[in-house]
Amino acid sequence: MFNLTTFRELVVAALWTGLLAGLLLTAVQQIQVIPTLLKAEVYEEAAVVPNAENSHEHHDWQPENGWERTFFTAVANISLGVGFALLIGSVMCLRDRPDNWRKGLLWGLAGYLTFFVAPSLGLPPEVPGTEAAKLADRQSWWLITVLDTGFGLSLLAFALTRTNKFFGVVLLAAPHLISAPQPEVHSSVAPAELVQSFIIAAVFANAVFWLAIGGLMGQFYKKDL
Amino acid sequence: MSSTPVLLDNAQTQARSEVLKDKILPAMLAGMLGLSLLYAAGFAETAQLHNAAHDGRHSASFPCH
Repeated sequence: MFNLTTFRELVVAALWTGLLAGLLLTAVQQIQVIPTLLKAEVYEEAAVVPNAENSHEHHDWQPENGWERTFFTAVANISLGVGFALLIGSVMCLRDRPDNWRKGLLWGLAGYLTFFVAPSLGLPPEVPGTEAAKLADRQSWWLITVLDTGFGLSLLAFALTRTNKFFGVVLLAAPHLISAPQPEVHSSVAPAELVQSFIIAAVFANAVFWLAIGGLMGQFYKKDL
Repeated sequence: MSSTPVLLDNAQTQARSEVLKDKILPAMLAGMLGLSLLYAAGFAETAQLHNAAHDGRHSASFPCH
């Protein structure tokens, strides 16, 4: 069998990290992310033309605006937080557990670049009601970019030879050279300022989220000295 | 003399299986748990999950809709 103590330490650290980072993100989102989303939704609903693809969403259950919606967003944020913390923790476990929370911040920064910055360069954060390419294509590009960036960054940070580090840089650039799937016509029912404001809000909120994940994992999952 | 390489081999095999038990397996298991959570919260297309996690997905910039 495998070492249950190692596994438990990692999972407990990730649970606390995800809980705290998820709650922090939920609070930060209230500043600009959520207000911008809600404003964009007003435009989306005003512009809605019943069509086969979108109509199912409006009949299925969805949380009521207000506390219920905030609660489910918090649950989603915490799940994402725990998921990301488990991933980053498993790489820490394989590579080297951090000495302290400051080392953890570096891991958080790597996570931010991998899971948010790199995919957002091709597929910027979007408010509802934005025209986009086919979902499956965007999901594939997102996944390839994340894998590629993660691998590229680890080569850049840990590879011992220059050739391998250079290969890391090539990997970092590759998905952006292929370029992300784009819709035939870019358009959004929300005005351009809302689209911009949402991007800025998401850049900030995700930076806080990831630094919290990294720092907290650095604290809760640090090396036994 | 001839037994030295064999001993070394045994020691290496044992060290390798320790690494497997102490690091690789726990890390892989935790990683898979993490991926399942991320899939459910970020990508699953079930309407209820999508609607519950809607704002979180937009905020994280996951491809949504």
